[in-house]
Amino acid sequence: MMMLNATRLSSLVGVVIGALIAHGAQANSGDTLAAVKARGEVLCGVHPARHGFASPDSQGKWSGFEVDFCHAVAAAIFGDATKVRFVALSSQQRFPAIQSGEVDVLARNVTATLGRDTALGLNFAPPIFYTGTGFLVRKDDGIAKVEDLNGAAICMAPGSTTERNVAQIFAARSMTYTPVVIENNKQLVDAYVTGRCDALTKDKAALPGVRAFDTEDPSAHVLLPGIYSKEPLAMAVRQGDDQWYDLIKWVTYATFDAEEMDVSQANVDEKKSSKDPDVQTLLGVIGDNGAKLGVDNAWAYNIIKQVGNYKDIYMRHFGPESPIALDRDKNTLWIQGGLLYGLPMQ
Amino acid sequence: MTTASPQFPAALPAYDPLARISAGDWLKKNLFGSVWQGLLTLITAAIFLRFAWFVLDWGVINAVWYTSDPDVCRAAAGACWAVIVEKHRPMLFGLYPYDEHWRLVLMMAIYLVTIVVSLMPRNWNLRLLVPLWVIAVVSIGVLMFGGVLGLRYVPTSEWGGLPLTMLLFTGTVLFGMPVAVLLALGRRSPLPVARGVSVVFIEALRGVPLITILFVAVNVFPLFLPAGVEVNKLLRITIGIAIFFACYQAEVIRGGLQAIPRGQYEAAASLSLTYWQTTRRIILPQALRICLPAITNHIIAAMKNTSFVIIIGLFDILTATTAVMQDPLWRKFYVEAYLFVAGVYLFFGYALSLYARKVEGWIASGRI
Repeated sequence: MMMLNATRLSSLVGVVIGALIAHGAQANSGDTLAAVKARGEVLCGVHPARHGFASPDSQGKWSGFEVDFCHAVAAAIFGDATKVRFVALSSQQRFPAIQSGEVDVLARNVTATLGRDTALGLNFAPPIFYTGTGFLVRKDDGIAKVEDLNGAAICMAPGSTTERNVAQIFAARSMTYTPVVIENNKQLVDAYVTGRCDALTKDKAALPGVRAFDTEDPSAHVLLPGIYSKEPLAMAVRQGDDQWYDLIKWVTYATFDAEEMDVSQANVDEKKSSKDPDVQTLLGVIGDNGAKLGVDNAWAYNIIKQVGNYKDIYMRHFGPESPIALDRDKNTLWIQGGLLYGLPMQ
Repeated sequence: MTTASPQFPAALPAYDPLARISAGDWLKKNLFGSVWQGLLTLITAAIFLRFAWFVLDWGVINAVWYTSDPDVCRAAAGACWAVIVEKHRPMLFGLYPYDEHWRLVLMMAIYLVTIVVSLMPRNWNLRLLVPLWVIAVVSIGVLMFGGVLGLRYVPTSEWGGLPLTMLLFTGTVLFGMPVAVLLALGRRSPLPVARGVSVVFIEALRGVPLITILFVAVNVFPLFLPAGVEVNKLLRITIGIAIFFACYQAEVIRGGLQAIPRGQYEAAASLSLTYWQTTRRIILPQALRICLPAITNHIIAAMKNTSFVIIIGLFDILTATTAVMQDPLWRKFYVEAYLFVAGVYLFFGYALSLYARKVEGWIASGRI
C-alpha cells in the first residue's frame, strides 16, 4: 500500500512540476535541431519496459515500435539511425523530461490529448498508433459484448487512462462493476488468469500478448470486439520550436507516405530510379524538402533504408512473425480503411 | 514446554553441562514430550516435507536448466532456469553496451577485491588503503566511462545492472556515513546553530518518502541551477539516497552517543582534550560500537533502496530484470528470474551481516 501511495504521490508531484516547468521553459524555433546536431545524437524518451513498443532485448539493446521511430528521427537528421540515445522514462518522469529539455522527443506511449497539448506545453506529431481500452474475458462466461459485463469484477491498473475509461464506459451504460485495482503488471495479469476477476482491461494492444503468453489455454479467452476509448499514441515535442516540430511531424508522415507509395526497406534503392515524381520527391531525387526541414535531402531515403516504412516497422514488432502478432486494425493506410493519412510531400 | 507448578520442586536435578544425551532421549524430550507435542511435531514435519518436496520437484527434478527455446520451458512442469541463462547479460549489466560487458566484469572484480581488502582490520593503515582506493577509483572510472585508452565512451545513462547497484550502494554508504556522524554530533551539540540545522535537516528529510527526495533531486534541483550548469543525474540521485540514508543513520548513532556515560566526557575534559579530540578518540569509538547492529541494519536497507533509481530510468539489477522479463516469450518464467535477483541480494546482504557479526566479535575480543 505504501508503494502505491508513494507512486500516486510522485505522479501528482510530477504533473505539478511539469505544469510549473511548462510555464517557464519554451523552446525557440531552431534551437532543438541545432542542439541535436551539435550533440551528435537525438535524445529520445521511451517506455522503460513495454515489449513491442520499447524494451531492452536479450543483449540489452533497445528494441520496439516506438524505439524505431526514434531511430527514424536520427536517420533523418544524421543519415545514421544509430545516433540516438534512449532515455527510459517512467509515466511520472516523461513530461518533466521533455519540458526541461532532458529529451528532445518523446516516443513513450503518450496519448495525445488537449490537456497535454496545451497545459503541459507539448506539441503532438500525427499519431503513429491508434489503440484503446480493450477487455479480455473467458469464453466460458458467455460474454460477447461490453454490455454483458454488468456487475463484473474487472482487473485494471491504477492511475491509468484505462481506469478512467472503464468508469466512463460503465457510467454511460448505467452499469456497475467491481474494480480490482492492481499496480504490478504481473500480479494484475495473474489476478485475471487465476479467476479473481471476470475481465481484464488494458490497452487493446497489450491484450493479445496476455492471451497468447500468460494464459494456460489461449483459446479459452476472447477479446471483446469494438473500440471503447480513443488512445492515439503520438510522438511529442516541446511547444515553441516549430522547426523541430515540423521535422518530427514529417518523419512520421514520411513513413506513411512511403508505405502508400509502396516504397519499402527492401525496394527503396530500386525506387530511387522511379519515374513517379511523388516517389522522387519523397526520396530526395528532386526537390529540396530536406533543405526546407533543415536536414539532408535524402532524409526520407535514409529513414526507409535504415528503419523502413510504417509497414516495415509495424510488421517487425507486431506482425504475424512477431510474438505479439497484433492485427493492424485501424493502423492501416486510409486507402485501406485505416487512419494513417500522410500529407503530400510537395 | 513448561508446566505450571504451584510450588518449586523440592530439589532441582543436578545439571551437568557436559552430560551427553542419547538420540532417543533427545527426541523424546524435545519433540515427543506429550501427545500434543508429538502431534505438532508430525504436522510440522509433514508440512516441511511437502514444501521441501515441492522445491525439489519444481526446482531440480522437473526443471529445465538450459535451452534457448521457450517452448521447451513451457512444456516442462518444473522451473525454467534457462531463462536466467538466456537473459543473464541484460539482467546483470542492464543497458551497458553488449560488447563492452567485459569491462563491467573487470570492474566488479576490482571493486570486490578493494572492498574485501579494506574490510580486514589488519589492512587498516592509510599507507595501504589510500593507494588502493586511488587505484580502484581511477580504474573503475576508466572502465565504466571509457573514452580513454581506446575504450568506447559510455555515458552514465547507459550504466546498469549489478555494477550500478554496487556503485550506488558504495556511494550511499561512503557519503552517507560521515554526514550521519556529523548530523548526530550536531544534534547533540551545545552550539544552537549546529543543533538547529541538524534537527531541521533530520526531521524534514525523515518526514518525506525517499521517492519524493529523489524526485526533488531529479526534477526540482536543476531548476535552481543557473542555465547551462548540469549536475550528472546519477550523482544527484546518489546524493539523494545518501542524504536520506544519513538522516536515519544519524538517529541511530545519536542513540549510541546518548549511551555514553557523562563521566567519559568529564574525564576527557579533565585531561583538557578538545571537543574533536574527545569525540574522535573517546566518544565515537564507543558510540559506534554500541549501535553497530543498528548501523548494519540501515546499511543493508540502503543496499535495497538502490533499486529506486528506476525513477530516473536507470536499470539497476532489479529494474533491468523487470524490463527484460517483459519479453512475451519468456515472461511466464519471471518467478525464476526474480529468484535469481533475490539470490544476488541475499548474497550481498548476508555477506554484510556476516561481516558485521565478525566485527562484533573482534570488538568483544578487543581486537579493534
